[in-house]
This record gives sequence, structure tokens and C-alpha cells, in this order.
Amino acid sequence: MNLSRNWLSDFVNTDGIDNQEYSDRLTITGSKVEGFEVLGSEIENVVVAKVTAMEKHPDSDHLWICQLDAGARGNNIQIVTGAQNVFVGALVPAALPVAKLPGGVIIKDGKLRGVESHGMLCSMGELQLTAHDMPGKEENGILILDGDCENRLGEDICDVLMLRDTSVEFEITSNRPDCLSVIGLARETAVSFDRELTVKEPVVKGCSDGDSVNKYLSVSISAPDLCYRYAARVVKNVKIAPSPLWLRMRLRASGVRPINNIVDITNYVMLEYGQPMHAFDYSCLDGAQIEVRRAQNGERFQSLDDIEHTLDESMLVIADGKKACALAGVMGGANSEITDATATVVFESACFNGASVRVTAKKNGMRTESSARFEKGLDPENCMAGLQRACELVELLGAGDVVDGIIDVYPTPATQTVLPFTPDRYNEFLGMSIPVEHMLNTLTKLGCRVEDGKIYVPSFRADLGCMNDIAEEVCRIYGYDQIESSSMNAETTLGGRNAKQLFEVNTEGALVGMGYSQIQTYSFISPKYYDKIRMSADDAKRRSVVISNPLGEDTSVMRTTALPSMMEVLARNNNFNNENVRLFEIASIYLPKESKNELPDERRVLTLGAYGDTDFYALKGVCENLLHLAGIQKATYTACTDNASYHPGRCAVITAEDGTLLGVFGQAHPLMAQNYGFSAPVFVAELDFDTVFAKANTEKVYAPLPKYPATTRDFSFVCPEELEVGTLMSVMEKAGGKLVEGVALFDIYRGPQLGEGKKSVSLRVTLRASDRTLTVEEADKASKKILNDLKFKLGLELRA
Amino acid sequence: MKEKLTSIRQEALALIAQDGADLEQIKIKYLGKKGELTAVLRGMGALSAEERPVVGQLANEVRADIEAALGEKAQQLRASALEAQLKAEKLDVTMPGSSPAVGHLHPLTQVQRELEDIFIGMGFSIAEGPEVELDYYNFQALNIPENHPARDTQDTFYIAENVLLRSQTSPVQVRTMEHQKPPIRIISPGRVYRSDALDATHSPLFHQLEGLVVDKGITMGDLKGTLEIFAKKMFGESTRIRFRPHHFPFTEPSAEVDVSCYVCGGKGCRLCKGEGWIEILGAGMVHPFVLSNCGIDPEEYSGFAFGLGVERIAMKKYGIDDIRLFYENDERFLEQF
Repeated sequence: MNLSRNWLSDFVNTDGIDNQEYSDRLTITGSKVEGFEVLGSEIENVVVAKVTAMEKHPDSDHLWICQLDAGARGNNIQIVTGAQNVFVGALVPAALPVAKLPGGVIIKDGKLRGVESHGMLCSMGELQLTAHDMPGKEENGILILDGDCENRLGEDICDVLMLRDTSVEFEITSNRPDCLSVIGLARETAVSFDRELTVKEPVVKGCSDGDSVNKYLSVSISAPDLCYRYAARVVKNVKIAPSPLWLRMRLRASGVRPINNIVDITNYVMLEYGQPMHAFDYSCLDGAQIEVRRAQNGERFQSLDDIEHTLDESMLVIADGKKACALAGVMGGANSEITDATATVVFESACFNGASVRVTAKKNGMRTESSARFEKGLDPENCMAGLQRACELVELLGAGDVVDGIIDVYPTPATQTVLPFTPDRYNEFLGMSIPVEHMLNTLTKLGCRVEDGKIYVPSFRADLGCMNDIAEEVCRIYGYDQIESSSMNAETTLGGRNAKQLFEVNTEGALVGMGYSQIQTYSFISPKYYDKIRMSADDAKRRSVVISNPLGEDTSVMRTTALPSMMEVLARNNNFNNENVRLFEIASIYLPKESKNELPDERRVLTLGAYGDTDFYALKGVCENLLHLAGIQKATYTACTDNASYHPGRCAVITAEDGTLLGVFGQAHPLMAQNYGFSAPVFVAELDFDTVFAKANTEKVYAPLPKYPATTRDFSFVCPEELEVGTLMSVMEKAGGKLVEGVALFDIYRGPQLGEGKKSVSLRVTLRASDRTLTVEEADKASKKILNDLKFKLGLELRA
Repeated sequence: MKEKLTSIRQEALALIAQDGADLEQIKIKYLGKKGELTAVLRGMGALSAEERPVVGQLANEVRADIEAALGEKAQQLRASALEAQLKAEKLDVTMPGSSPAVGHLHPLTQVQRELEDIFIGMGFSIAEGPEVELDYYNFQALNIPENHPARDTQDTFYIAENVLLRSQTSPVQVRTMEHQKPPIRIISPGRVYRSDALDATHSPLFHQLEGLVVDKGITMGDLKGTLEIFAKKMFGESTRIRFRPHHFPFTEPSAEVDVSCYVCGGKGCRLCKGEGWIEILGAGMVHPFVLSNCGIDPEEYSGFAFGLGVERIAMKKYGIDDIRLFYENDERFLEQF
């Protein structure tokens, strides 16, 4: 909402309050000022002047040498102009050096083709005016002023054209549609500066000629749930003309384009009272009647801006006997538009259901000043004041004769809201001590009547409905800065993170310690990303939660895997030539249920990704450390050959002791890596974080430190390449029984002397008993058992 | 014999004093079983009863002197050996260190954890809820019915008619109030979604942290006090806060909260665009409609709520001017934190 301070001064005296102070105070009392613009401040030393003589420039076929009379600013001022619409006797705006024009233009004395020119004659464009601001004036030539400027020679053009004003831009919150008006903001101004608000009731003289509005029109509301009130008056003998300068300039300062007197009046009333109005050409209404009804499904309607709309029964129209003439609260119809030929006008001042107007405007793609107000819920009690003000202006402007009588269909008048006045409670709730007198003054200035411990809320403040609302009103005017900070006088609560949140924090810390940096990626991805990670066409994870109104395909589905996001980030880092990158993300994935009306299953997953100075076993080590941190001791790593995202020979799945899948990791499949621009190996891991947490055992139990020394035995075997070290180790552990404290791999050797497809594996077994030092015999016995099992179960012999 | 002992002493001490003396050999030569001093002592039997103690004492003195000299010499040798070793081991300390690879927590996480820890210290716990949410929890229960103009301020991604991507973390507050009786003291950090095109200051996904307190006798002063403690912890002890009236459908009264600029202290600078204040929070007293909707009697209980954007705080804190950097995850960016 752009507020003209000139207009504001009709209702409240703000003398002595500069623009900055005004803006700051209104902001601090709750009407946020985004900024203000001092209109006319860019124009200096442009005055009214009269052309007294003209002659052709001797060296030009289009330049004119004019002599001007600028009253007190000088006579016989010579200015050269190229405009062709200037004539002797013309009254023009003359920029006299040193003059300033909008856009930082400076006008100085100069010469045009050798002839001195002491200034410049201005067009409306040079004064930042448009043909709408100056109807009937030449747009391309010099602005020729009206004859009544004859006795204002030398006066500043800003005063003559009423260009001086301040436009204050407010950001009005959706609960205060009353502040989308000059009067509403005047009320806020008055209460904010403790000044008087003066709103005069409009006075309409009427014709007193025996004519009556009822002879012209009848109104019925057939959808009272969508239209709470419909008031109308008729104006006859209309003379369509431009509005007077003062009215045009007020509209201009409010950011509204002047059109003609009748249309300008509707806009003026909307801005002043916050009551959207509409004017119909009476001659276009069929059947001398107006019906406020729901549109029929498929009904066609052409709006004022000549756009065709197809309506449905959720929309409300203003119709005559035959057709829809306006989309209620949104826009009028082309079929009943005010034209220069309009002789009789119907003014509408109505109140429509906000949600309905909002839906209608949205469906038809036309949000207007009117719909933006209605959708916030307007005051039905404001209709009459708006209508009367419009008619008062008609009479003031001499735009026509207002026919006696008012049509007012108001099926269910609004009820009065009454709230208890409980000053102690407000103070207690706010933690303040606002004097009761101050509260009373605030509420009264805001339009409330406070009597006998009751607050009678004015109809334009539908947002005041409970104690909190009143507390806010008295508080914001008294000053939010007066709220005294206190500490909660309440029951103690135990704060902190729960086990899962702690586990996540700890995991992050561990990964950072292991050299992995955390990333954050978008939860929505492109469905094409599933192809990029080579997910099979029938994979259930291709079914995602789909966003119905995405910004673009790239962010159109909620991911069911975080792998593609990791790959994108790795690829980006690779493109930036970042070396040795190691990243992780703990993120949510979204697994849809059967119906899209059900909320999906949101699960946390941990994704690791690395390239550069790393390998499979380095990544496996990170996974092992994480499981160790989670207290998961007996995880199993099994080769996985059929995950299309991974290298078939370098991929493992991790399972918990009970067989639950915990995750998968390995080298990215070269074809997937290629999809992301990698030629060198990339390593990734995907852990189901929720399951890892579910299996985690974070309860630590102390195991006594060994009192007796350990004995170690080293074994080397030559075995087929296919035999997994994991198998060897588990056979050895089982064979050694309780005495085996651990089995560790310390060497793998492959060489020509071993033969094709063979490897030599060297392992160290640590043997220990908790209650004694093992004798050589005991250790030998255990070794023998181990060798025996290896021989019979795996057919292995000690390497010679 | 006395002369013999004296000459042994002289001879031995001279040998020990030599450079490169073999101390072990010297020890054997004089003090060993077949050593010269031992041989003298063996011959003591031939001495008279008067001479024996005198010679014996002398012999012991000689032995002690030789042992002391040996010890001293050995000590000297160890010291010079150590000195030589230390000299040989000298390093060029200006050569770069070989640091172990260390990762970095994402700046948004770092800021979020810092925020969480401040409120945990004040007795708050962390509540979580779904990101794909029902319209009811995201809007209706928060006093924003269908077709309410307040929905305009939060352009929302929809999945189905009644399912959306939460545009705020407030639905977590509603879910918490539905299941937990007061006293309630929670924060709800997390991802939220708004259909804003990505540019330097907008992202369709960002992080919020909201707080909620519900109990008997909670006042607006308590809200201000709590946020003041938060602001001081987060931005420094000298930070002040300012409340400005505002409107949120789910709180009444509502406020926008500014903190005094922590760079200029309120004088006005580039960071605060000359205002001296930086807007960082929205807050207010929980609307009675919201309380009663969740089965909490607004006559008995009151509460406050607040919310802030994690990206906004992180950008202000680290001087980051482009929100997209958070989601690009360029390692050169990540390793700065």
C-alpha cells in the first residue's frame, strides 16, 4: 500500500513529523514501512512561463528560438527548442538554469548551433508524467499548460501541477485489510502519535427531482454465503471527463493510473476507505436488475481487460437479467464497461466472501487491487460509507446527478464483537505494567468503545477476537521495547538430545575425524537420476513421492536413495579439480506408501563417497570403524555381484549378526562412474542409518584387561585365489575355540612360483587364556587343531 | 705394598682418563677376579697384624677411587654420545607438517548444533517430525485455513491435495502438543521447502529452527528473556535484541526480532546495511486457537514460539553472500569451516 501524505493530512494532522520519524514510528507500532519517496524532489527550477515570441533558428529547419516571460523569474528569457507544438502565447514548463530534472538531468545555459539558450522547455515525459496523469495533453511535444496558469508565471511547476507529495510504502500484513486504506492508516497514525483522527461522514445532496433508484434497478442475492452485502446507487446525466488535477495526483502518488472521472472515483474510494467499488454502464444492464449468483459451469465471461474466462459454480458473478457483468470482487466485464458514451452509471459497493474471491481470482489468473482486499475479509459495515463517498465525489466533480435512494441488500447484518476489558490479565500475560489509562486511550483511538468493563470492537477490526489480540494492541502502541525480559517461572524440564540424535552427532564426529567432510544436498532430485546410477527399470525404489508443482524436473521427486546426490557432488568436485575428496551425508530418503495421500516412510541414510588417494579397503575400514562405534561387533561382509551401481568384483553388503542388511559399499561401477564424468575409480557406501542405530549397542561394558601374556602363532598357506580370507579367518577362529583372542592378516603374496590363480596368505593367531599363562603344549595343541580344520574343511596345508 | 697400591691407582686413573679408553677392559684389568688390585688383596695374608688394616683401608680407597673414576668417565661418554645423537637428529622445523586427513562438518550443521546446544542448555529437547506433511499440520492446525491469504507468504510444494512438503517446522510443534502435556520446552530444527526459485538469497529448501514453550504463566517477557539469552550466547554478550510488532497466524501477539549488529554494535555498517540491527527471528505468544486445537486449555496454559532460518544465521555469521554455496558442497568451501 502506497500512502500519499497529502491525502493522509485530510484525516490527521502530521505537521512537524518528518518522513523518517513518521516511517520509524509507524514501523515500531506495527505498520511496517518499506520506504518512502519524496515526489517532485528531483525537479528543481522548473517554472511556468509564457511564450511571448518565436522565430526560426537561422541555421536549422526545425529549431525555434523562443522568448519567454517567467514572471518574477525573468522576462525575455531566450530558449531554443526543437518541439513543433509551441506557439506564441503558450504556457509551458521552462527549466531555468541551473535546473534539475528526474533522472539526474541538469540543465545549464548553452548554445544550440550558435544561438544562446538559457534553459529548456519540458515535455511531460521529462517531468516523469504520462498521458494518464495529463489527459488531453500532447505526449510527444512540450507540455502546454492550461490557460488558468496565465497568472502563475514564474511559479514552480511542482506546485502548479501538485507534484509535491510523499509516497510512503507500507507492507500490510494479511490480518489488517483495514490498513489497505488511507483512513485505516490515518487511524494508525493518530494512535501512534497520539493525535486526533477526523473522518467526516460523506454528504450526498441528491437530485430531489422525484426520481428514485428503484425505478432503475432491483438487486437480489441468491448466494448469501458468498455475498454478505450489496449496496448500489445510480448516477444519471453522467459527463465522462478527466478527473481534476488534485484527484489525479493523489491517485498517481498511490501508484494508480488515472482513467476518467467515474473510474477514478471508484479507485479513489477504494484507496481512501479500503472499500473496492465497481461502476457499470447502466445502459448495458439487461432487465433493470442485478442478481448476485454463482456462475454456471462453463459460463463464458470477458473481463475488462478483454480476456475470455470460462467460469464454474465455485465463482460468484454479478449478473443482469441475461448475462454475467462482473466477476464479483475481482473484475468487471467488458460488456458493461464505462465508456466516453456512458450516460448512466450504477455504483456497486459490496462485501464478498474472502476465500471465494481468492479462489476465483486464482483460478482466472487475475489478482487485482480489489480481489487482494476482498480475500482478506472486508467489513460489510464499510459498504455504505464507500458508496456515499463515491456519490459525494460525483457531486463534487460535477460528474453527474446522483439519483435519490439507495439499494442495500444486507441479509444478515454483522454482529458486534464484545470482549471483556481485563487490564490486569493483559499486563500479567505480557509481563508488563501498562497503565490502564494508556490502554483505554489506545483502544479508543483504535476505534473501540470501552464501557463497563467491556470492549466493543469496531466492525473493521475482525482480527480482534480474544484476549491475546487486545494484549497485542495495547502492547504495540505502548511499545514492544517496554516489555521487560524475564526468565521462565516454570517447571524444570530436562533438555537434551535423545539416543538417536546423539548417535547421529557422534557418527558425524567420527567421520570428520576419519577425514570425511559433510555435505548437504537437496531432498528432491530428477527421476532421471535413477538411470544415472544404473538402477534397474523394475526397481521398487524408482517409485518416488512426486511433487505436483515442482520448480523444474531436476527437483521434481523426493529421493528414495541419496546415492545420486552424492555422485553429483563428487562429480562437481572432480570438475573443480579438487583432489582426494572424501564426503559423507546423513540424509533422509522418502519411501512412498500405496496412496499418495499417505505420508511416506522417511528414513535416515548415511552415504559415503570418495575418490583419489583411497581404495576399497580404506572405505571398508571406515565402515568397520562406524560399526565398531555403534557397538555392532559381529557384522558380516559378503561379496555382492549384482548391484548395478557397483563394480561386481568390488562390492560388499554388510549384514548384522541376525542377518539384517545394514548397507552396501564398494567401488562404483565404471559405467556409473562414467555417467558422472569419472575415469578413475570412485568409492561409495550406503548405510541404512536407522537400522544401524536399531542394531547399535551403545551400552559399554568393561572387559577386564588381560593378566596373563598372549602367545602368537604365524601361519602361511598357499590357496586358490577364490578362497576368501574371511572364510580362512572364521575357520581358524572356530577351530581355536575359546583360546583364540584374534586372527589377523599380515601378508598376502602372489607370484609366479605359486602358480596361476594362487595366493599365499599369512595370518597371525593370538592365543590367550584369562586365568593362566598358556603352556607351550596348550598353544601347540590349539595350533594343531587349527591346522587340522584348515586341512579337512578347506584342504589347506602349511606353506613349506 | 703401599707403593704397589699407589702405583695401581695412578696407572688405572691415567688409563681411564685417556680418550677412547675401554672402560670394561680397565675394570677387568684392575678390579676383576684376576685383576691387579685383587691380586694385591690376596697377598694381604703375608702382612703383619698391624699393617693389615692400614693396607686394607688403602686398598679399599684405591678400589673406590677407580670405581668412581670409571663411573664418572662412563657418565661423560653417555652424555657426549647423546649430544652427538641429538645433533645428528636435528630437523628443519620449517618444513610443512604431514597432517592426517581431517574432515569438516558442514557449516549449516555447525550452526545448527550451536543453536541446539544453546537451547539444550536452557532445558529444551529436540523434537522431529516428517518433512512430507499433512496440510492439516502445516497450515490448518496453525490457524491458516484453506484459501487464507497468509498462505501466499509461503509458496508451498504439494504432493496431493492434503499432502505437502512442510513450509515451516511448526507442524512439529503441533504434533508435539498433541502428544505431550505441558510443560513443553522443545526446539524443532529441520528442512523446510518453499517454491522459491534458486538465487543468491533464495533456496527452495532451507533449514529452520523453531522453539516452543508451553506452561502455566508463560509471559511475553519470558519470550524476550529467553531470546535475549540466546542472542547473547550466539552473537556475544553485548548483543541486544529488539521486538517489532508483526503478524503470524499462529501467534498473538507476534513480533519480528532484530539483534544488534555484532559487527558494529549498532552504529550501522555494511553487514546491517547501516541499520544497526539485523532481523533474525519471528516470535510470539502461541495463539489460543492453536493451543485449544491441540487439546491444551488456553485459559490454564500459555506459551511462546519462535523461529529462525539456519542459513540466514550461517550467512551472517560467516559472511557468506550466496546461499547456493551451502548446497554446491565444493570441498574448497567446506574445508573453510
